[in-house]
Amino acid sequence: MNTHVFRFGEQVLTALPSGALWWGDRRLLCVSDLHLGKADRIARRTGRMLPPYETRETLARLAADIALTDPATVLCLGDSFDDLMAADSLDVTDTAMLTSLQAGRRWLWAEGNHDPGPLALGGTHVAQHDCGGLTFRHIASATPHEISGHYHPKHAIPGTGTARPCFLTDGNRLILPAYGAYTGGLRATDPVLSGLFTGRILAILTGRRAICVPLTASAPSVRAGRWPGSRR
Amino acid sequence: MELPPVIADWFATQGWSVHPHQQAMLDRSDAPALLLIAPTGGGKTLAGFLPTLAELADGTHQGLHTLYVSPLKALAADIKRNLTTPVAAMGLPIRIEDRTGDTSATQKRRQRADPPHILLTTPESLALLVSYEDAPRMFAGVQRVIVDEIHALAESKRGDQLMLALSRVQAMAPDLRRVGLSATVENPARIAHGLAHHPYPCEILFADPGPDPDIAMLVTDERPPWAGGGAKYAIPAVLEQVKQHNTTLIFHNTRAQAEIFFHNLWLANDTDLPIGIHHGSLDRDQRQRVEAAMVAGSLRAIVCTGSLDLGIDWGDVDLVIQVGAPKNVKRLIQRIGRANHRYNAPSKALLVPANRFEVVECVAALQAARDHDLDGDPPGPGPRDVLCQHILIRACAGPFTADDLFAEIRTVGAYSRLSRADFDACLDFCATGGYALRAYDRWKRLQLRDGLWHLRDPRATRDLRMNIGTIQDTDTLKVRLKGGFKPLGEIEEAFAATLTPGDTFLIGGEIVRYESLREMAVEVTRRADKPPKIATFMGTKFATSTQLSQRVLRMFRQDDWPDLPAHTAEWLHLQREMSKLPEADRILVESFVYDGRHQTCFYGFAGRNAQQTLGLLLTKRMEEMGLDPLGFVATDYATLVWGLTPVADPAPLFEDTALHDGFADWLAGNAVMKRTFRASATIAGLIQRNLPQARTSGRQATFSSDILYDTLTKYDPDHLMLQVTREEALRGLVDFGRIEEMLDRTRGRVDHVILPRVSPLAAPMLLEAGRIPIAGAGRERLMEDAATRLMTEAGLDTL
Repeated sequence: MNTHVFRFGEQVLTALPSGALWWGDRRLLCVSDLHLGKADRIARRTGRMLPPYETRETLARLAADIALTDPATVLCLGDSFDDLMAADSLDVTDTAMLTSLQAGRRWLWAEGNHDPGPLALGGTHVAQHDCGGLTFRHIASATPHEISGHYHPKHAIPGTGTARPCFLTDGNRLILPAYGAYTGGLRATDPVLSGLFTGRILAILTGRRAICVPLTASAPSVRAGRWPGSRR
Repeated sequence: MELPPVIADWFATQGWSVHPHQQAMLDRSDAPALLLIAPTGGGKTLAGFLPTLAELADGTHQGLHTLYVSPLKALAADIKRNLTTPVAAMGLPIRIEDRTGDTSATQKRRQRADPPHILLTTPESLALLVSYEDAPRMFAGVQRVIVDEIHALAESKRGDQLMLALSRVQAMAPDLRRVGLSATVENPARIAHGLAHHPYPCEILFADPGPDPDIAMLVTDERPPWAGGGAKYAIPAVLEQVKQHNTTLIFHNTRAQAEIFFHNLWLANDTDLPIGIHHGSLDRDQRQRVEAAMVAGSLRAIVCTGSLDLGIDWGDVDLVIQVGAPKNVKRLIQRIGRANHRYNAPSKALLVPANRFEVVECVAALQAARDHDLDGDPPGPGPRDVLCQHILIRACAGPFTADDLFAEIRTVGAYSRLSRADFDACLDFCATGGYALRAYDRWKRLQLRDGLWHLRDPRATRDLRMNIGTIQDTDTLKVRLKGGFKPLGEIEEAFAATLTPGDTFLIGGEIVRYESLREMAVEVTRRADKPPKIATFMGTKFATSTQLSQRVLRMFRQDDWPDLPAHTAEWLHLQREMSKLPEADRILVESFVYDGRHQTCFYGFAGRNAQQTLGLLLTKRMEEMGLDPLGFVATDYATLVWGLTPVADPAPLFEDTALHDGFADWLAGNAVMKRTFRASATIAGLIQRNLPQARTSGRQATFSSDILYDTLTKYDPDHLMLQVTREEALRGLVDFGRIEEMLDRTRGRVDHVILPRVSPLAAPMLLEAGRIPIAGAGRERLMEDAATRLMTEAGLDTL
């Protein structure tokens, strides 16, 4: 198996190598920070026309995960669209793709900081989603057993190459990687991120396989990673 | 043309006579384009300016008369100084000003309203000038343009950009005549073709080349080390040379090497000789202080890099020392020309190899210099990323028709064979992004109205102007003293990321201690209590030329090497004894275990860039063959690959068809392509240049250009930017031409030597910087192993 199965609260969850989270018992697939329509928003705001294929790419990834897991519920954990205008200007192919993915299953859009408010597309808009003792919301709060996104965590295993998007968890909190094609990342060791956790942090790296690694086990990663904001 | 009396008289009072080539420039001053080839110190710049001074002497010309363009800001400033003095002495009514990135905004605004007679500038500043709506007013009366050190621009995108900008100026000033000033080059006709206003010709004038330079290799008591680039061993001998000469320039190939050498030189400088350092990563003020001290003659030596390559007059330099192999004979000759600006006296230069291999290369370069065997590769057609930028610059200046712009661009040598289809594709890219999926109808950058192309949003000009230029800056951070304001210089962001408070590094020749990062600047103190880490600067890495590589391989055929110092000859003997010496018509492959990895060294002698490509190709093949390569490093003569499985038989790796077939697929996925894409996409205006002030702290908001590259490759493989990237990579960083040349001369003849330990020739490779990781099965294995180990160590393996 190229996934990583772990306990979270009372539940057993599976981190997929794509960056999606699968909750087998509830047949729920959760993805965060799709940022659909990002290229469109950049063109609108800056005049720079990036390759306009990121929505297609992101939906193709999602389609593959849906085909693999056949979920009853798909939960998009906020920042699904780069902004509301981007949601309105999806092209027909992408809209049709999204509609076909939604067919026959419950589809939840959690609100994000980029896309608050209801959407014209199918699916149900929710502020957060509570289920089986777990809370799903876009930005981490103080709630126990909470699953969120927003920060786009990434991590590199010391001495093995470049950083990859990753899940972060200390057993009480779980932060998902950004799922969208045009998304960057924040170092997991950045205090902004690591400061959200109280227990020992595990990172589950995405890629060909989901690889689980303790975040603080090795000094060099912490030293290198602490750099951007470190003040002593 | 005769010199007006006021100038001729002044020459006479100075005891100067007009050199024959200077007279020739006056005589042919009405030619549409002229190229002067003259050695450094041959009065080249004056030859360029004499016709301008003559034409302006009567004070009747109003507005801008002559544009002077140099590759360096410092050169423009220097020329201003050297020109203003005699013009003032002669009492000529000529206003001379410079305009570079360093010129104040007030001064720049004033220059546009009221331009001087002579404006000294750089290609980037000129490109910016032609982007203004009022450019036609400023350039209307321009008579002449002088492109100084044109050889330094001719082989780069800066040169292409300059010539495109000149085509714009020419359209606004049809009488413009062009003059190029060049050092000795292997193919003057090629430069003339680039300078000409097609279809008009460009004449070439040659000055007397002067006597041959006096070049030798510096002989030291101390032996050069096996590896490394610091040349620390030569410090006492270099100091001795500095003492014996008035002023010495000590050239290095990279900024990092210059820093290390300067540091060591300073430690050994027990007689307190005044020695300075000058390179492009230092702060401007600091550079200017060094330049001023140099002009004043108060420095005995200056440690420098290519930033001093060009013809700035630093006073009485009587020795040039080149530390590290020169890589390219032509550049060596041009650097050597920096010594002794007295015409008709030989320049004196010493080569200091940094390690044993460089001893061989230095000796080969000396032979080539004596034989006047200069090197050079033919240029390709004008790059389309620069063309795209030019189209956007044109759009900033106001509406235009595609036909006019196309006709204008075809007058530029490098673009004289540009097809209308290629031009239209570039225009479409600028207007719509040029994607197969027409997604941006609402947000087009350029719109066609009544036959004229307009910017959709005029506010875009600000962004576009900020993005002008073709020089790729790596992401750097300013370094400043804690509590201080003035920066000491810059270091690369990637290097800064490896620093922990307390770490020390070298900058501007001093050891500083990293304290913190504040507002995108690295704060340091002067407390130096640890040996320094070395700041790594990207700096351009030149590949050793084909001609020089061939000379080295020819030397290897000798039974003995009387031309080489004994230690180096012994080293080659040892290599021959322990393994083999590489041959021109065979590929030598050595395998050994080091650092717990299976190492394989491939000697291709194809130059750094091609060896790097070879590394990427070979590791891809190795990946397919299950050899789990982890990474590689390339130098000018070899590629070293390491992995988890030994290479039993390297011959199949080199099968011609296999290498070729894999090439296209491979090309799409590798790191060099991504780097090339980033550069071209930035030039073409797809990606915004990474301006320090534009960087945000919310790092998750930005994403890597690699993602754009991967997306385009998958969804729009024929997109213009990918075409440009492939074209670029093939002749530049990828240099597949030289791999083909290598395959051609070796024809599958592979010698594989399995060694119990590293060979003498391979040893330097282990210390080489610039290791490239391979993201394949081996890396995956390594990550999983590391993760398992870390989980076990943390007691989490049973979860």
